[in-house]
Amino acid sequence: MKSPARPYFNNSQKSVFPYLFGVVFLLALVDSWRRVGVDLPLLFERQGRENLFKFATGMFPPEHSAQFLSLMLRPSLETIQISVVGTLIAIAIGFPFGILATRNFSVGGILNEADTSGAPARYALRLSIYFASRGLLSLFRAIPEFVWAFMFVRAVGLGPFPGVLAIGIAYGGMLGKVYSEIFEAVNPRPLEALQSTGANKLQIFFYGWLPQVLPNFVSYTLYRWECAVRASAVLGLVGAGGLGQQIEISMRMFNFNEVLTILIILFAMVAAVDILSSKVRAVL
Amino acid sequence: MIDETSGDKSVAMPWPGHEPRGGAALANWLITAGVLALFVWSYYGSDIRLDELFSREGGGQILFYIRKLFPPDLSAATLQQALRGAVETFAISFLGTLLAFAIGLSIVFFASRNLMYSGLLYEMEPSEWWRRAFRMVPYLTAKSLLNILRTIPEIVWALIFVFIVGLGPFPGTLALGFHTGGVLGKLFGEVLDDVDYQPIESLQSTGASRLQILFYGIAPQVLPQFISYTLYRWEVNIRVAAVLGFVGAGGLGQRIQIAISLFLELSAYLRRKAI
Repeated sequence: MKSPARPYFNNSQKSVFPYLFGVVFLLALVDSWRRVGVDLPLLFERQGRENLFKFATGMFPPEHSAQFLSLMLRPSLETIQISVVGTLIAIAIGFPFGILATRNFSVGGILNEADTSGAPARYALRLSIYFASRGLLSLFRAIPEFVWAFMFVRAVGLGPFPGVLAIGIAYGGMLGKVYSEIFEAVNPRPLEALQSTGANKLQIFFYGWLPQVLPNFVSYTLYRWECAVRASAVLGLVGAGGLGQQIEISMRMFNFNEVLTILIILFAMVAAVDILSSKVRAVL
Repeated sequence: MIDETSGDKSVAMPWPGHEPRGGAALANWLITAGVLALFVWSYYGSDIRLDELFSREGGGQILFYIRKLFPPDLSAATLQQALRGAVETFAISFLGTLLAFAIGLSIVFFASRNLMYSGLLYEMEPSEWWRRAFRMVPYLTAKSLLNILRTIPEIVWALIFVFIVGLGPFPGTLALGFHTGGVLGKLFGEVLDDVDYQPIESLQSTGASRLQILFYGIAPQVLPQFISYTLYRWEVNIRVAAVLGFVGAGGLGQRIQIAISLFLELSAYLRRKAI
């Protein structure tokens, strides 16, 4: 019997699971350690120590000449611009596909009961549209934005444009999925009430569905925009414009003081965007 | 319309959505205009060339890309390589997350206000300013350390560690550990701030020391949540580890990069030949 007084120290139930888990954990640890080639002395050996020292001392003081700062202005703004347009494209992809990937909008539920009850062919068609859009969305988000950017840089050339496309597509997949989850969770009662007044599907969508989901939509989209700012700063590493490209260049040239400056700019920018979007979300 | 100045809403409650707006309308227009201006500015700044994307050449290139994706290469050698890359990615994410857990756990207790200088644990302490300042030092240090760890993206950490220890999965692991350590530190800190005070108070009333309170009152409450956050970040890190290879930090990413680069070289060569 369990003694209710000491639930944490109950040894009466002997389970093999913790031991099994421990063994698997240890095996994974050992194997990973070997596979990754963890070489801690590398950090403290002469070479590693020298590199570490070079890096740490090279960072200070951060580069702050007017020339460099004005040179950084354009990529910083570009980072913001990439994130904004990328998020817009993501909305343009995520919204329609998110709607199609919502089960109770496009396939079942009260909206479609009357349509599909006696028509298996129509039901099958809708189901296939539903699955196709779900599949497309998960394809979009399964490939990381970094890989998208890498491909688009090759397809449309260097510059901010491939970054925009990469963020638009990868985030379109994520937004679409979250949008459809928000859609699925709506309260069906207002929809039923609208339907009973004879509203058509479009009207139900605009007057029953959208008002319920819009605040969630906006706040999640803003959150994604914050992520997009970080992402667009990093995408530059594969040549897709923005600050990342400068980080890569400075890193390659071993100008660590420039790296530090760029990181400070990045930090300030991300913080500003965070504050802005949390202000907007507080209003909602 | 109801009289806004009287403030008496019980007389005529406006319909929801029809509340009198007053000066807010102008502000809304200004915000809308600002947002639209942001969109337009961003559109022109980010060098969008949609016509090029959908032009004959751009579209053809994308189609060529897609055609080349099929059929997927299922030869034994490729699969074996991909498997090796996948296992390596797993190993990087596993060790990286463990390192992050260690980093987050060792810093977070110093970065918690409730544990370091204020709140229940310090109520009884004489509030001399130097005592408080002395306690603030480790707090602020830990807090800013976590911020630094978190602000620098994984990829940049990876670049840094590739410089320090050379190419391979090891710098990727370190990069993941450092960035995620900062993230976990922040998440853990939020858990620590939400801890239930009743067990702590009852421990304190029995005369337990602060260390004892930490181990018997706080740790049992927060550890399960720490672990669940760590598992969640592990999930995220598996994705990230797959990408870190792009800057030379091992895993699947490196193989993807090699494959795409080789393919593009080849396709460029073929196109040059065709022309």
